[in-house]
Amino acid sequence: MASAAKSRLNRTVRSQRGTEESPWVRAVLIGAALGFAGLFLLLPLANVFAQAFSKGAAHYFKALANPDTRSAISLTLVVAIIAVPLNLVFGVAAAWLIAKFDFKGKALLLTLIDLPFSVSPVVSGLIYVVLFGLQGYLGEWLQDHDIKIIFAVPGIVLATVFVTFPFVARELIPLMQAQGSDQEEAALTLGASGWQTFWKVTLPSVKWGLIYGVILCNARAMGEFGAVSVVSGHITGLTDTLSLRVEKLYNEDVAAAFATASVLALLALITLGLKTWLEHRQAAELLRAQAASLIDSDADNSHTIRPAGSTSAESDSATASRAAA
Amino acid sequence: MAFKKPSPLPGFGLSLGYTVFYLSLIVLIPLGALFCRVVTHMGFAEFWKLATTDRAIHSYQLTFGASLIAAAINAVFGTLLAWVLTRYEFPGRRLLDALVDFPFALPTAVAGLTLADLFSRQGWLGRYLVPAHIEVAYTPLGVVIALTFIGMPFIVRTLQPVLENLEREVEEASATLGAGRLRTFVSVILPTIMPALITGFALSFARAIGEYGSVVFIAGNKPGKSEITPLLIFLRLEEYDYTGAMAIAVVMLLFSFVLLIGINLIERWASRFQN
Amino acid sequence: MSIELRQISKQFGEVRAVEGVSFTVQEGELVALLGPSGGGKTTVLRMIAGLETPTGGDLFIRGQRVNDVSVQERNIGFVFQGYALFKTMSVRQNIEFGLKIKKWKRADIDARVAELLKLFGLEGLGARYPHQLSGGQRQRVAIARALAPKPSVLLLDEPFGAVDAKIRQDLREWLVRLHHELNVTTIFVTHDQEEALEVSNRIVIFSRGRLEQIGTPREVYEKPANEFVARFIGVLNVLELKVQNGQARLAELSFPSHGVPEGNTLRIGFRPYAVQISAQTGEYRYRATLKHIFFLGVLLRLELETPSGLTIRTRIIKEEFNRLGIAEGAEVSFQIREYRVLSREGDALSHEVPVAQLVSLAEGI
Repeated sequence: MASAAKSRLNRTVRSQRGTEESPWVRAVLIGAALGFAGLFLLLPLANVFAQAFSKGAAHYFKALANPDTRSAISLTLVVAIIAVPLNLVFGVAAAWLIAKFDFKGKALLLTLIDLPFSVSPVVSGLIYVVLFGLQGYLGEWLQDHDIKIIFAVPGIVLATVFVTFPFVARELIPLMQAQGSDQEEAALTLGASGWQTFWKVTLPSVKWGLIYGVILCNARAMGEFGAVSVVSGHITGLTDTLSLRVEKLYNEDVAAAFATASVLALLALITLGLKTWLEHRQAAELLRAQAASLIDSDADNSHTIRPAGSTSAESDSATASRAAA
Repeated sequence: MAFKKPSPLPGFGLSLGYTVFYLSLIVLIPLGALFCRVVTHMGFAEFWKLATTDRAIHSYQLTFGASLIAAAINAVFGTLLAWVLTRYEFPGRRLLDALVDFPFALPTAVAGLTLADLFSRQGWLGRYLVPAHIEVAYTPLGVVIALTFIGMPFIVRTLQPVLENLEREVEEASATLGAGRLRTFVSVILPTIMPALITGFALSFARAIGEYGSVVFIAGNKPGKSEITPLLIFLRLEEYDYTGAMAIAVVMLLFSFVLLIGINLIERWASRFQN
Repeated sequence: MSIELRQISKQFGEVRAVEGVSFTVQEGELVALLGPSGGGKTTVLRMIAGLETPTGGDLFIRGQRVNDVSVQERNIGFVFQGYALFKTMSVRQNIEFGLKIKKWKRADIDARVAELLKLFGLEGLGARYPHQLSGGQRQRVAIARALAPKPSVLLLDEPFGAVDAKIRQDLREWLVRLHHELNVTTIFVTHDQEEALEVSNRIVIFSRGRLEQIGTPREVYEKPANEFVARFIGVLNVLELKVQNGQARLAELSFPSHGVPEGNTLRIGFRPYAVQISAQTGEYRYRATLKHIFFLGVLLRLELETPSGLTIRTRIIKEEFNRLGIAEGAEVSFQIREYRVLSREGDALSHEVPVAQLVSLAEGI
């Protein structure tokens, strides 16, 4: 996020004179880009809402009021409420470990943390079936103890945790690496314990990156389809998440499927909005910081040109002697 | 060298312990279990037979082929989008910039649903394409379109920072030496952004290989025609053919690992050009 | 607060950052740790703070061995090179951080913070955040934060490195005055010899992890313990002369052999200020042409060329130059007032020889 924010900053500052394309080339390029984006971004988005309301608002709200859809909404929320905090705690621990310490095997650990990103969602679901399914390693033991994981909520949570595993860590690690350990060391020299340093110094300074990671993690957790589809068992009203509910309704009532999908699309739009807001916030902060330091260093220089050789630092020590006296 | 460089900061043991514990619990043990199961429950001959059935082979071809085509389309249009977003000021630029992440934020089931609908006989696009005998729904073309949709942000977002940090002076130097804009783009800019472009291409390709949700709606379920590998695994599971599903899953996983290592190497290589 | 290092060493993997360093800092001193980068001075400072653990030797603070005392319990104030201000906290919150950790009473905290804001000329800036401060203000906040819990020793890592040259001079003077008023034992790290000479009571000079010399600014300048110190503190011209027929020679320059055997090389070093110049060509032993004059402000740098083509660079103050009344191209004579004999290996300075006869130099400033 920080790099995105920084580059935004560059753009506003730089002049483009001398390396510009002719106006018609720009027009063609912009037109082609807008055409591509319109076809691949705007059209699918518009279609979701158009189809959702294709049978009127009444049908739309009736579709959302369906008890099975309601239960899918609450299951989706429950899964996210469990999965996101788990990965948040992990992300913070992993980022602390990787950003603050140097140890053997760090590169390997980083790669392993990224691993779930490169595993197909269907395979992500499958591995839990292999472990907890009836024919899986723990299947018999679980059945004997009457514990259901696969085709039940715990399986859905596990699969969701797997696919959203790296999100927070990935956002925090580069951020904490860029910040270094100076602030933490300063806190230690002032007598702070490890936990005090973490809560009062580290956490506040990565707050926005953390929120950013949580938003992305949450979006994926609420919208995951493939992995959840494998472990859910598709029991209507019990183990259907919103995504699964959309799939099921698609074969029964397309307008209702789109109505349900519109809830998820809305979630995506909110996610995008928050993400953009956070990035701009970051850029604005950077800009403010730059502007402020410019102004203040000017002010400092004007202090040094005071008559009688008096300087800002000297006036400080004048204050100091008065305080001491 | 010691295992860990000394540091005055506390919490190494705790954070290492928790990270490794959680990583093992959620990722390593389940993935290991799959490999274990395949190794212990089937011989190599059986694994090979299950992993290379005609249906599986065809699904690999479709998955890899469509993913490659989609990544290539994105390489072209993603570069265009990134260029336009970083270089030009036009109404709606910020909105477009935010929307680039839409395929990433949109749940895949919703993407699949709306794409399938757009290209269906009554859909906004299908109503023009189908009479012109361009069939998208339930064909490999549909697979390519879905994969292009979900892969696009990867290329744009990888290229954008690189384009933004391009040194203007280099382009200006090229101009003062008499090169036109196109020549400057091809000989000066393109080589500079190439590492990022390759990284973005690889990320987009990797994402497409494993994609499931957005494809199943539009691709339908036609064995040997529009059936991607993740769908085949899913169907094998539905049929309670666990060994069949696992064999194909292992093939996919191995390929994912190779890609992951490849992307890491590309990124390491690319970072050499950054500074 | 006395601090004593006894044979302190620090090894990072294969790298020996600090090797067998011993020195003592007395209560109330202002000491500079000086050396080129990579010399180990920052590592020594961080070991005193407890941010690094020595791999060998003992560290005493007020006579008590503190090797195993944690950084939190050492009661030191540390000012980081980049200041390491807590950027999510205001100036006030930064300064009161250590006091809150030590569970001071609210009223005491407020009084202490007000006192420090006043002392450091930061009144009215308490609510500002670090990014809203100038470089000089940030540095003062960093020092105020470090001093707030009344540490027994103040440690500063390159305190003037991050501010621009204009403010640096003011800050040096200000630090000296602050030290006079608070009288807290202060150790700071610098790679700038001028800074060390100007600010500190005593200087500890490091290179490649070893202690080269410890002494007052005057001692290390006038009596450098070895060639490294001589070269590092101030400017040193070095001449390599061949000993022939009992005389060490380089072109027309000749020196006594100082006991160096025939055919071997004698190395001597001298400060650029040790060269005396006269407008009369006959006054001193060697003749030269004044090739270039460089104005450095109060000082001037002169480049002389001997008839055989050796270039000799010297510095004189403006008044002296005006008195000479010479211009570029003038014929002059010169001598070297004093020089030091460097050992053949170029390590220890054997002795100092004030000299009557004329000698001249080859290597530049």
